[in-house]
Amino acid sequence: MLQLNHLWIRIKSCYGNMDYKREIIMNRLETIIDLLRRGRAPEIKIETQAALDEGISAANILEDGLMAGMQIIGDLFKENKIFVPEMLIAARAMAASLAILNPHLVSGEVKKKGTAILGTVKGDLHDIGKNLVKIMMEGKGLVVIDLGVDVAPEKYAAAAKEHGAQIIACSALLTTTMTEMKRVVQAAVDAGIRDSVKIMIGGAPVTESYKNEIGADFYSADAATASDVAIQACLDMAV
Amino acid sequence: MKYKNLVINNPEDLVFGSAPFPVTTPRGLVIGGGEVYPELNFTLPPMSISKETYGEVKEHYREIVSGALERVRDLHQDGVVFEFETLLEMTLDPQLGTDLVAIMNDLCEDAYQKYGIKSEIRLTPNDTRDYERPVRQRSSKYLDNMLQLFEKGAKAGGNLLSIESTGGKEVCDDALMNCNIRDVIFSMAVLGVRDMQFLWDKITDIADSTRTIPGGDTACGFGNTAMVLAEKKYIPKVFAAVVRIATVVRTLVALEEGAKGPDKDCGYEGPFLKAITGTPISMEGRTAACAHLSPLGNIAGACCDLWSNESVTNIKLLAGMAPTVYMEQLIYDTRLFNQATKFDGVELYKKMMVESDIHLDPQALILDPVNVIAISKAIVSGKNYVDAAILGCLKGLEIIQTHVNEGSLYLDDRELVWIDMLRDELSQMPREEGLLVAAVEPSLDKNKVLLREYGL
Repeated sequence: MLQLNHLWIRIKSCYGNMDYKREIIMNRLETIIDLLRRGRAPEIKIETQAALDEGISAANILEDGLMAGMQIIGDLFKENKIFVPEMLIAARAMAASLAILNPHLVSGEVKKKGTAILGTVKGDLHDIGKNLVKIMMEGKGLVVIDLGVDVAPEKYAAAAKEHGAQIIACSALLTTTMTEMKRVVQAAVDAGIRDSVKIMIGGAPVTESYKNEIGADFYSADAATASDVAIQACLDMAV
Repeated sequence: MKYKNLVINNPEDLVFGSAPFPVTTPRGLVIGGGEVYPELNFTLPPMSISKETYGEVKEHYREIVSGALERVRDLHQDGVVFEFETLLEMTLDPQLGTDLVAIMNDLCEDAYQKYGIKSEIRLTPNDTRDYERPVRQRSSKYLDNMLQLFEKGAKAGGNLLSIESTGGKEVCDDALMNCNIRDVIFSMAVLGVRDMQFLWDKITDIADSTRTIPGGDTACGFGNTAMVLAEKKYIPKVFAAVVRIATVVRTLVALEEGAKGPDKDCGYEGPFLKAITGTPISMEGRTAACAHLSPLGNIAGACCDLWSNESVTNIKLLAGMAPTVYMEQLIYDTRLFNQATKFDGVELYKKMMVESDIHLDPQALILDPVNVIAISKAIVSGKNYVDAAILGCLKGLEIIQTHVNEGSLYLDDRELVWIDMLRDELSQMPREEGLLVAAVEPSLDKNKVLLREYGL
């Protein structure tokens, strides 16, 4: 309900008090959110096109339809009401809708929330947790550059520099690979970007105190928290 | 499939400490011969491994095994298995892995000569083929070093050979996150089975030539990944339970290829393997919470022959170094198992372990020896590996549904819908390898999965 109230205020600010128009827009966006939640990719493409045809702006559909829908899905996941596969089919539906929307999005119309560089550290091949973080970050509107597994420290720094990222997120699952995280911090220093990029660490053997020890900025215990921390960090960096 | 019938047909005969085909090690430890023995697993504390730190690494392993053996001696324990599960660098440089085996084996031999303690090293090289992307199971540049470690390590005293192989994992990881049971079955009953045949043929040859014991494998990266994801509430527990059943078909291949047991601790498919083949198994439960959480803490012990802690970091606790502490915990656990046997209390103790877990989680329910036998019978009735995996999973779902209906298994509402969904999907799947490959192939990421590396 909170999300729908928020939606109402946004629509009102965009389209004034044209009741009939408001109702159409509300219905369309609510349908998009519903289809997103049920992961209905084919139907959401049709509904996205219909919304565009009715004159709803692409930015409006993205912000108040897709992003609002993903926020609801993220909340349901956090509350243990849905499982990852349900979140994944929603993400796929979002991608299907975005394919229709992208040509209509005017450059600069939608403010980017931020860019994250993601990877599992050198010598470590575990990627399930990392992939989950990626899904959740993307669901929150971050651009995620996924470097994969076994990523050398300097690669994180180079990618952050190249993409103007606000945050580097690195994962490790072994006690013998977590030490690479310190090198990631050093690589950011060596590349001269440490002041402009935050570094987040996560993975089974990693702790808050280890974060402090190596001079990283954030530690996240799970994927949902990691995406929350990342989005907040990006917003803070933008201020 | 080689096995058409079960070696253990009655749930009452599926017990801890005894297996129809016990394994006797060179130092005379009889596994599955009437007593449960501890199996201690350990790893390094946070540190880098490089040529500069090799000395420090060796000192850690020396400290771990000498500390544990001292505790074994002081607590009058007469036998123990040490699992040496190598880290990446120890397999990439087989000489390092071999040196570590030799260090630990010297300590074991010394304890045997001085105190008569029957200890053995289980050598488990990590599957370095997984280090390449895309994974090349048959042509990996890392394969030779891994096999070298098996051979050199066996000669250095690694008398039980095991592995946690990864064939099919590149498909299973995504399948788990998507709860795609078709791809899970494909990853294990097609890719996994084919890779196990390839790999275990080589491991049993090495065991023959080095006169060591080919222990077993585990689908840990499949079944335990599912269990941990379910524990984090990422995927349904019902799904994780079904995945566990599918792992049986994959791990069984090691035994078809000549493995003798004990099967690996982190394979909760062990009870099924014991029922089907009669070989002894290692299991981990409540004492493995140092490595991962699980809903199987007690029931895991119901028919174990070795009792393990999975892995613990060599760090200092109040009582001493963590591996020594876990050595003590495992010894006390195994004393209880063996005391129950002496008191003719096997059935009661087993029932206590089973009943304390099975009503709270479907993954525990399927490990009830009654259900292990029923599911194992369904598996061996399969016409082929794919059919066997599907039949086993369907039987597991039937058991779960029955217990939900009777009110003897608690499941969240959001779990219940998965029983029907999975049953429907499994019922409609192709039951032969060729048909399943044809169904899955169009959706495979060809940059990630190389079917030719599985002989397809």
